[in-house]
Parts: sequence; structure tokens; C-alpha cells
Amino acid sequence: MKLCTILTSAAALMALSGAAVSAQTLEEVRERGYLNCGVSPGVAGFSNPDDAGNWSGFDVEVCRAVAAAVLEDPDAVRYTPLSNTERFTALQSGEIDMLSRTTTRTLNRDTALGLNFAPVMFYDGQGFMVRDSMDVDSVSQLNGATVCVSAGSTTELNLADYFEANGMTYNPVRFDRADEVLAAYDANRCDVYTSDRSGLAARRLVMSDPSEHVMLPETISKEPLAPAVRHGDDQWFDIVTWTVYALIEAEEFGITQDNIDEMLASENPNITRMLGGEGSPVGEWIGLDNQWVYRAISSVGNYGEIFERHVGPDTPLQIERGMNALHTDGGLQYAMPFK
Amino acid sequence: MTETSRHLPLRTPGSVLGPAAWIRRNLFPDWRQGLLTLLVLWLLIRTIPPLIDWLFIDAAWTGDRDDCVAAGGACWAFVGARWGQFIYGFYPPEHRWRVDLSMLALLASIAVLFLPRVPNKGWIITGSFIALPVVTVVLLHGGMLGLEVVPTDRWGGFMLTLVVAVAGMLGALPIGILMALGRRSRMPAIRIFCVTFIELFRAVPLITILFMASVMLPLFMPQGFTMDKLLRALIGVALFNGALMAEVIRGGLQAIPRGQFEAATASGMGYWKMMTFIILPQALRTVIPGLVNTYVAIIKDTTLVLIIGLFDLLGIVQAGISSSNWLAPSVTTTGYVFAGFGFWVLCFGLSRYSMHLERKLNTGQKK
Amino acid sequence: MPVSRDLGPMAPPRTPFWTRSRIRSALIQVGFVALLALLIQFLLANTMANLDRQGIASGFGFLENRAGFDIAIRFSPFERNDTYLQALWTAVANTVVLAVLGIGLASLIGLVIGLARVSPNWLISRLAAVYIEIFRNIPLLLQLFFWYFAILRPLPGPRQSIEIGGGAFLSNRGLYLPKPLLDSGAQLTLVAFATGLIFALTMAHFARRHRAATGHSRPVLQWWIIGLVALPLATWFATNASMALSVPALEGFNFQGGMVILPEMLAALLGLSFYIAAAVGEIVRAGIEGVDHGQTEAAQALGHSRGQIMRLVVIPQALRIIIPPLTTQYQSLAKNTSLASAIAFPEIISIVAGTTMTQTGQALETIALAMAFYLTVSLLIAAIMNFFNWRVTRRSF
Repeated sequence: MKLCTILTSAAALMALSGAAVSAQTLEEVRERGYLNCGVSPGVAGFSNPDDAGNWSGFDVEVCRAVAAAVLEDPDAVRYTPLSNTERFTALQSGEIDMLSRTTTRTLNRDTALGLNFAPVMFYDGQGFMVRDSMDVDSVSQLNGATVCVSAGSTTELNLADYFEANGMTYNPVRFDRADEVLAAYDANRCDVYTSDRSGLAARRLVMSDPSEHVMLPETISKEPLAPAVRHGDDQWFDIVTWTVYALIEAEEFGITQDNIDEMLASENPNITRMLGGEGSPVGEWIGLDNQWVYRAISSVGNYGEIFERHVGPDTPLQIERGMNALHTDGGLQYAMPFK
Repeated sequence: MTETSRHLPLRTPGSVLGPAAWIRRNLFPDWRQGLLTLLVLWLLIRTIPPLIDWLFIDAAWTGDRDDCVAAGGACWAFVGARWGQFIYGFYPPEHRWRVDLSMLALLASIAVLFLPRVPNKGWIITGSFIALPVVTVVLLHGGMLGLEVVPTDRWGGFMLTLVVAVAGMLGALPIGILMALGRRSRMPAIRIFCVTFIELFRAVPLITILFMASVMLPLFMPQGFTMDKLLRALIGVALFNGALMAEVIRGGLQAIPRGQFEAATASGMGYWKMMTFIILPQALRTVIPGLVNTYVAIIKDTTLVLIIGLFDLLGIVQAGISSSNWLAPSVTTTGYVFAGFGFWVLCFGLSRYSMHLERKLNTGQKK
Repeated sequence: MPVSRDLGPMAPPRTPFWTRSRIRSALIQVGFVALLALLIQFLLANTMANLDRQGIASGFGFLENRAGFDIAIRFSPFERNDTYLQALWTAVANTVVLAVLGIGLASLIGLVIGLARVSPNWLISRLAAVYIEIFRNIPLLLQLFFWYFAILRPLPGPRQSIEIGGGAFLSNRGLYLPKPLLDSGAQLTLVAFATGLIFALTMAHFARRHRAATGHSRPVLQWWIIGLVALPLATWFATNASMALSVPALEGFNFQGGMVILPEMLAALLGLSFYIAAAVGEIVRAGIEGVDHGQTEAAQALGHSRGQIMRLVVIPQALRIIIPPLTTQYQSLAKNTSLASAIAFPEIISIVAGTTMTQTGQALETIALAMAFYLTVSLLIAAIMNFFNWRVTRRSF
């Protein structure tokens, strides 16, 4: 009987807690004191842990910028490395607050998977990497090849579509985890390794001998890589969206990590308003304090700085700005006005 | 067949003893066996020396990948360079003493098992294994007693393997006991529930349970309710092994003579008192070998957590193998050999312990 | 666990308390069921709310959609324009084939290991013991990785393939074997062979029954010759059959023609079989040692040879000890095929709980499908083995 009483009260307690908990992501993050950010489990330049387990990279900077804006501390982030199959469910289930993991924005993911995508951080496309010794210089020569590919990615579907459209056959070897795809390609299981071009550039670096591998010139798909949050929390979606815009807008205005304090006193009212100068409403509108943009930019730099630091021509990845240049330079990066 | 040896023609004692006779009896009893022996010997000579060459003589003990590729043998330099990660994962170096201390606590608890006969040994063991998880959680996770919090995403390597294994073992036992009792309950509702639970968890692979724990469990919970990923995996491992253990324990319960139940009831004991003091101690003792075998399986199963993105010993070795500065064939093989040896020592030791117990219990029963 | 104090494996004594404890037991059960229902309702409501709020699609409608990906190993036809449902069937076929082949190979290796373990030859028995201790004390996942990566890496590329002979080639693209191309006559010959086998087995069965009933042996060799040699040969010549071999040949990136066992398949099969074989070996040893020595000695006294003793006396009795634990091992092998997903073998976890889940985002449905599959397989194996066990025990004397 005693047992019964205990169990009944436990059930009542559980039902109560079910009713009570329905907080918004922003409050949860603040209460928790850190941001849960889903990243790739090790892609050089994008998100990579060092030997001590500290994460850095292009994708990681987005998490840091959001943490700086929301929690006033860019280091208040816990990174969850996620495989292809885990990434969406981790977001759906609330295990992570945002996903910044070289994820392509597609209709299916935007709708049926229940995701909301922030602005594109990196415009990419799918490419192919082969061994130099194979003497292949075009995808059209790959008929009958064995191809290593990440399972559960847009890459896998593009690959099938492309080979079908061109009347070619191939043998797929599909792994869930990127490091296994890499290991299999390196172990010569496949002739070809296909992925986003940026990912290929990153993975080529970790090959036994990078110079043995070449990228084929064709790009067979559009891969707009964007951070994502889950449906159902507009305010949180706004925060992540506009943090990304802030980084891009900062580059357009010429605001950098170094000169941001001078920029606070800028003559340009657009800049001072964005950075939360006197009478600025940017904080009030989004539900944060006025300094959120200032903190985001001063902790990670503007979009251009992030790009140069992690993936640009001076890094081992040697990726050109190309489509990722500002619209003023003929690229696609275009921030909405902070008005 | 061993029995043929008994039926060899009688010989004088001189030719039955001594190494020459032993060799003849055990290696060359007849021409067919002799031929087989020679074949196996030839195979061993062909394989063992190259293996030793690869493992030790041609191995690179220090240096980096290039040294390993040049040496041509095993790449122990890789294991040396990554040793800290293999043992502690990403646990901050300045806090590693906490891991060491927890491992000592674990060793101490195991040492208690080997205590000579002292009064209340059973209770000392139970107490130390109840204290162990508390001490370990406080030490490893921190946040209490002035210890800095080390979040579980920093845990990894051998330490995480031990955490998952020990939590699986300690968590599965009570679940197993309750489920086994429930399965033999006279109340149909409870019996049906327990049978369904046990059979369901026994029928599906651990991977799907881990997927459930990592992917689906959060969807079942109210919004805003979060639980640590490692904790969810541990719950999954404990439930899965609890179901396996329930079947082992059920065997023990069935072996208890009815007289024990009757005597306990007759002396006025209630259900729980009878179970705790009379039935379970006997039932558990008879199934100890089975329980230890389940424990060996739990240790082997800890490797599956790498599929849901936790870095146990195998996971961290694999991460090391595919890291940029160590990608090479000999490193791959060395990494797997090292991890394999680590698990082998744990499991082999445990299964030997189980055999030792089995012998001890058998002699005990025969007395 | 709300279990009342008056429970035990024995019936409660018929005392005046009987009625009360009966009522209490009913109350506890009602409480338990109510609690369980509450919990399930709580979980369901949460799940519904979560899915609803985030606008995640639900239901099994996605199974009708085009899959759009390719599967390299398929034991049931599949191509990228088929539906997810067909991908699911292919995954089921792959898993079942892997499990069946694995069970066969593991039993074979296990039998050899078990017999070696009880061999009078000290070296052989030690070697078998070493095998068992190595393979059963290392995690299967690690063994699979080892088979896949550590064995794959040293193999040469397709252009430098190792020629095994007879048109077979081994490279890191897999094991290429010549494939027999059968015309209708040759196919009929195969049918004839199968018929002959069944015929011979039937005759042997009747001969055994005759011996059991009368004690007299009847010769059966002629039936085997007729069934397995004469009948197929006659069919072959009567239909004027011919058989060609499709020999694999290097063409472009890879071999064309012949048939191939891909490395993923090979590694998964070997890894699973060698791992389970260690346990099977121990079971076989325990089974043989479990047969009373007196039986062997009596058979020896009757003048049976060692092979006869094994076949006629020891193994039939050992089987009765062996089959129950063997069932567990077979179930374990079937469940462990799920680990092959880690080495890119396209089985249920990889196709359904992997790619399909990511492409459709429907975690609940896909994992439920995967679990339902394993549940079915486990029950099926238990049923088959129970049938075997029933047959073996029924044949007892």
C-alpha cells in the first residue's frame, strides 16, 4: 500500500512537471548558462576539436557569435558533434539549441523535417575528388567508378541523380560518419570521394599525402550551407538569423574586431544603430540588450574575417571567396538592413 | 577424443611418464594426429615470427607518422602520443587526478570482493557498490565540494568505457532482479508487463535501444526537459542489460527449492523480507557465473556508444586513426590492435574470475 | 515495483486473509495498470505536442515516396527510382541473407572449433582454446572494424588484383568470382540434382526407420548414386545442356562480368561468423563433454569406431544439450547484423534508421520499423529452433 502511495504521488509529480515546463529557447539557454550547438564531428576549417577538445572553425564561430549575443560570453557554448543521421533529430528533440553543421538548406528540411534555416553562411556545391594517379580530369570519365559518400546527405541524392542524368553507373559505398568515409577512401576502397567542395578541401588536407589527390572541375549541385533552428520558436529563429546578418553587414560597413570601438562613434547612423549606440532599438526589437550585435562582432569578427581566418586563401584549405563574396564584390552575401 | 588415450595398450610406467611419453601421447597418438600436429606446427612457424616482428621488432616506438611508415611495423608511437586521450578522453588535464581517484575507488570496490571471509561481507560489498557510483559521479562530474564541473562531452576514452560499463552493470542488476521477480509474480498485470519488457528488450539489438535513447527519448519528454546525452545512453544500456539479467536471475530463482519459500512464509516473513534475506541471496549466488558472463557482454557492448557519437575507448582510437597527422595503414592496424588488447584484458580477466567462482561454488555445493 | 507481500511461487494458504489479500492484489494491479496507462499517455501527449509544434511530418506515408539513393549490395532488386518501402525490403533481404549465411558459417566454424577443443591432440585443443579466448573477449564492433579496415588496407587496387586462379580475383574492390551462365538445360539439371537429393534423403530415411524397427541395415549407396549422379547426368545429356562461365575482366575502373562479393559483405560475414563461432565452439564442447562417459565406453565395448561413436552416440545426445544455448547465439548473430551498418553494409539500421530517417526526418517511424523487424526475426529464430529442439528430444530413446 505504501508503495502505491509513493507511485501515485510520483505520477502526479510527473504530470505536474509536464504542465509546467514550456519555456522558450532563449530563456532555457539563459537559465542553463550555455548554448548547446550541434557541429560536424571534425571537418578541418569548419569545426574541429584540438587535442584538448576545444572546438574551432567557420561553423563554430556562428555558435560563438550567438553565445556572445545572448549570453555575453562567446565561450559559453557546449558543442555536440553530430553525424548525418543524428543532426536533425538532435535539433528536433531539443538536445541542441541550434545546428551549425555544413547543412544544406532544402525544401524537405525546411518543411517536413521541422527546421528553420538562418541565412546561408557558405554557398557551396558538390564536387569530386580522385587520385591524381588515375588520370581522370572530368566527372564524365567516372562511368563504373566506386564512389565513397556520406549516407543520409543531399550529396548521396545528387550523386544518384547526376549519374542517372548522364547515363553512367557507379557503385556507392555509404557511411554514416564522415571520418569513416574518409578512412575508406584513403584505404583505396573507392576511386572517388564526393562531398561539398569545401568539405573535400578540408578532407584532402588530412590525407596521407594531399598532393596525391585532385578535385575535378565540375560542380554538380547547389549546396547553400546554413545554420538551422527548430520550428516553433520565432524569437530564437530571429536571434540566430540576425546574428548571421550582423556578421555580414559588419563586413559591408567595414566593422572589424579591431576597429569596432572606433566605429561606435561613427558618423554613419546605420552603424551606430546596429552597434547599439544611443537610442538604438535593436535590442528592444529582438528581445536582447542593445549591445548584442556589438558583442557578436567583437568576439568573432565580421564575416570576411571569419572566412579568412578559417577557410580563406591563406589557410591550408585555400578556398576563394567566389560566391561567398559580398554582393558589392559580385558575390551572393547580402545582409538585410538593420532598420 | 580424450577417451582414446585411456585405451592405449598398457605400457611400463617408464614410457608413460616423462616429456617424451607426454609428447607421444598428446601430439602423436597415431599417424593422422601426428600429421595434423606437424601441419599446425608448420602453420605456427609461418605466422608467429612475422607477427612478433611486426608487433615488436619492426615497430616504431617513438616519433611521428613518417617514422612509423619508415619502420614498417606496428606504430606504438601513435599510442604513446595519444595515451592521455585514450585514457581520459578530452577531460581537462588539470583535473585528471579526479579520474585517477575514481578508478582507484573502483579498484577498491573490486578488491572488497576478494576479502577473506569476514562477518557481514555481503553487506560490505553491497555498501561499497552503492557508494561507488555516488563517489564517482561527484568526482567526475563535479559541481560539489568545490570541484569544478567537467561536462560529460569532455569524458571519453578508457574512462568513458569504464563509466558506461560500471553504470550498465550496477544499473542492470536491480532492474534485472525486479523484472525477474515480476515475471514470477502471481499478479497477471505485473507478470505480463515484465514478460513484455524482458522479451522486447531481448529481441532488439542494443543499437536500436541506443538510438531510442539518443534520438527518440527527448521527443517523448515535455518541451524544455533536457537530459544529458551520456545519461540517456546509460539508461538505455542499463535497461537493455537489465532485461538480459532478468533471465539469468530467473534461472536462479527457479533453482530455489519450494521448501525455502514455505519455511520463510511459515516463519512469518513478508514477501520483501523473504526475498531480500532468504531467496535472493541464494538465487544470486547460484547465478553468479551467468551474471559475470552478462558483465563481459556489457563491457563488449560499451563500444556501441560510439555509434551515437560518444567517444569510448574504441571511438577515441578511431578518431585518432583518422586524424590528419596519423593517417597511415600501420597506424590503423596498431590502433585496433591496441583497443582490442585493452578490451581483451578486461573481458578475459572477468571471464577467468567467473570460472574461478564457478569452481569455488561447485566445491561449496559438493561439501 | 508494486508487488505485494503475499506473493510467492506457491499458492497462498486458504486462510480468512485469503479474500483480503486477493482484493489487495487486485487493487495493486489496477493501480499499476492505471499508472502505466498514465505514463504512456504522458509520453504520447508529449510526442504529439513536440511533433505538432515543430511541424514535423508523421505517419508512414513517406514509404510511398521515391527513395532516390542507391544501394550497392542488394539481395532483392532495387534502384533509385523505387520507393522507400522497396528500399526497406532490400534492407530486410540483405539483413536476412547476412544472418542466414552468418549462422551457417558460424555453425561450421564453431563445430570445427568445438571438436578441436575436445581433440586428444594437445596442440589442436590448445589452438582452439586460444581462438575461443581471443574472439569472444573482443567487442564485435572492433572485430568488424578490424576485418574491414585492417584487412582492406593492405589489399591492392583493382588494377593490381591478386589472381587466385580459376578466374577469381581479390582486390580492395572485393572478391570477384566467375559466374556460371546456365541455359535452360543446365537449369533443369540443377532441378534434377535437387530432386535426386530429396529422393536419396527419403530413401535413407526409410532405411534408418527400417533399421530402427528391425535391427537390419539396408544398403543405401545405390540411391545416392542414382539421385546425385545418374539423374542429373541423364538430364544434362537429354536436354543437351551447356554452361558458360562469365569470367570477371578488368575494364575501366573495375572488373566487369562474373560476380562479386564486396568487401563490406565479406568483412561483415567473416566478422560476425568468427565472433559467434567462438561461442558456438564452447557450446559444442560443453555438449560433447556433457554426454556421459559410460555411453562412449559402452559403444567402444561394442566395437564401434571413433567416427561411429561420434556420429551415432555422442552427437545425437550432445545436440539436446547444444540446441537451447545455440538458439541464443543465433538470435545474437541476427541482432548483431545491426553492427554491420558501421562498416557500410546496407542492412536495416543503415538503410532504414540511417538514410531513410535522415532523408524523411521521421525518426519515430523509422526506428519503430527497425525494431519491429528485429522482433520478428528473433521470434522466428526462436520458433525454428524450438521446432528443431522438439524433433531432437522426440527422437530420444
